[in-house]
Amino acid sequence: MATWLLRRLAAALAIVFAVVTLSFIAIHLAPGTPFLPGDERAVDPAVVAALRARFGLDQPLPVQFVRYLGALGHGDLGLSFSQRRPVAQALADAVPNTLLLAGTALAVDLLLGLTLGTYQASRARRRVDAAIRAATLTLYSLPVFWLALVLLLVFGERLHWLPVGGIRDPVLSDSAPFAAHLADRLRHLILPALTLGVVGAAGTARYQRAAMLEALNQEFVRAARAKGLSERRVVWLHALRNALLPAITMVGLALPFLLTGAVLVETVFAWPGMGKLTADAIAARDYPVVTATALLASVLVVTGSALADLLYMAADPRVRAPDA
Amino acid sequence: MSGARWFAVLAVIAWSALAALVLRQRFERRGADHRGPGRRFVRARGTLIAVGILVFFATVALVAPLLTPYRPSLQLDIVRLQNAPPSWGHPLGTDLYSRDTWSRIAYGARVSLSVGTLAMLLAATLGALVGAAAGYFRRWTDAVLMRLVDVGLAIPRIFILLVAAALTTHLPLATLVLMLGLTSWFATSRLVRAEVLSIRERDFVASARALGGGAWRVIFRHVLPNVAAPLIVSMALGIAQVMLLEAALSFLGVGVQPPTPSWGNMIAEGRDQLATAPWTTIFPGLAIVLVVMALNTVADALRDALDPRQETP
Repeated sequence: MATWLLRRLAAALAIVFAVVTLSFIAIHLAPGTPFLPGDERAVDPAVVAALRARFGLDQPLPVQFVRYLGALGHGDLGLSFSQRRPVAQALADAVPNTLLLAGTALAVDLLLGLTLGTYQASRARRRVDAAIRAATLTLYSLPVFWLALVLLLVFGERLHWLPVGGIRDPVLSDSAPFAAHLADRLRHLILPALTLGVVGAAGTARYQRAAMLEALNQEFVRAARAKGLSERRVVWLHALRNALLPAITMVGLALPFLLTGAVLVETVFAWPGMGKLTADAIAARDYPVVTATALLASVLVVTGSALADLLYMAADPRVRAPDA
Repeated sequence: MSGARWFAVLAVIAWSALAALVLRQRFERRGADHRGPGRRFVRARGTLIAVGILVFFATVALVAPLLTPYRPSLQLDIVRLQNAPPSWGHPLGTDLYSRDTWSRIAYGARVSLSVGTLAMLLAATLGALVGAAAGYFRRWTDAVLMRLVDVGLAIPRIFILLVAAALTTHLPLATLVLMLGLTSWFATSRLVRAEVLSIRERDFVASARALGGGAWRVIFRHVLPNVAAPLIVSMALGIAQVMLLEAALSFLGVGVQPPTPSWGNMIAEGRDQLATAPWTTIFPGLAIVLVVMALNTVADALRDALDPRQETP
């Protein structure tokens, strides 16, 4: 077990290192420089040269990379060029917003997806099952950003039920009671989180249905039925517990999907999170921010899949660490 | 839009329905193999409609000039035809620059479908080769290749693509296809590797090797043909995934560059007129949804037909 953990950790570090290296090289090779993103204004070349020297951009790329890694070793992510403040601060503003969005979406995804999939399996090949299957297939085929736009059009622009974007109401005064702030935040959260969660739930339901069908075919289910348990107990207690195992793996795999979706949904709803930060940073050639977001995203994904493996082993005693 | 164009569009719809019916006839006629995969495929729910939709959009892409009254980038009348709602003359309305939305969707089908198909072909080839090599040679080849795949799967693809797209200021379509293809093969290679691991232990592989077949000859002649079924299914799903990804990139402004129409960048351009001219956003989105849904349906039906042991997830 310990060896397995160590090897897993080493592999994770290697992956993160590879991601950081790749994104560092790619963004530095991109045409355009951080201090002259557009060429609409003439800037004194001497000023630009001074700025480049100050941030070490006049050095050869390998030297810059070693310096960056050195700073990273001390936990220093560098300074953001476009925001004129430490990258860590920019991330500290954006990451909680993305976590709030992705976390809520994941909750919607799992609750809705697992319930639907389990219900479908208990009614397999009947009309309800076929109807839900058609619905999940449709949702599964939607471009996330398009669904976001359509929901925005219907509930924001036409019905005026929900705000059309942003994370808080700009006119809400700071002295308003806490409950008002909470309600405001929730109102802004509903559309983005639902968009992301519902599309994810469609995929989850498809997997859960298959896992449940497999579980329902096993001997212990027959035993449970034979001993006279109600069908409801058999499905929702005995079979579901066993069909939840694949779901654990899926949560680990859901992270890349949620992060990708977050980039798009954040763009549509002007949600100030990691996705928007990354897109803006790439456009502005803000090297340190781009590398830092790539670092963070890969750390999240690698941690997610490792946690899923550990949980799986904890939940299913038949699965043991290889080479343990 | 003139009467002749309307007639041509109706003809394409009729042709698509006919193609789907002929397909069913091919597998349902008397004397056909009643338990064969072809029959299971055409009998699956929604397959025929899905095939019809795919034939329709593929035909539209092929004969776009015959079905559309205007060139996709033609600005008709910037004063009077800006954001005009759907009408007989412009069945799907016009956009901010007074361009005909139907014409742009038809020409956009060329871009979106060919980018999706080509990128998927590249990805499937790479995935099959890498997966076969890893599964067949085992040892360090396997270790190296699969760690590479781990890296590929660990990064949300959109981050790689966003950074890669920043490399060039004006992205040629060929580069976009290359980028999408090179980042879409990871899952396929895992799938192929898993299949190859079990196939390589079978007797016919051993006998092919005993007869002196070289490694790659054995892989191409004896191993890969047996991976065809899961590979075909993953290719159908692959086009759908790549099309969604291309749309997402174009939506973020780093994919297909305007004025070349793609369904993704049409949504991006319509976005700012969402409240006043929703048709410029809704229709290209519907086109994506229809095609992706049809591809997913076909993939599901293929999986059920080719591998009856495995229930569709």
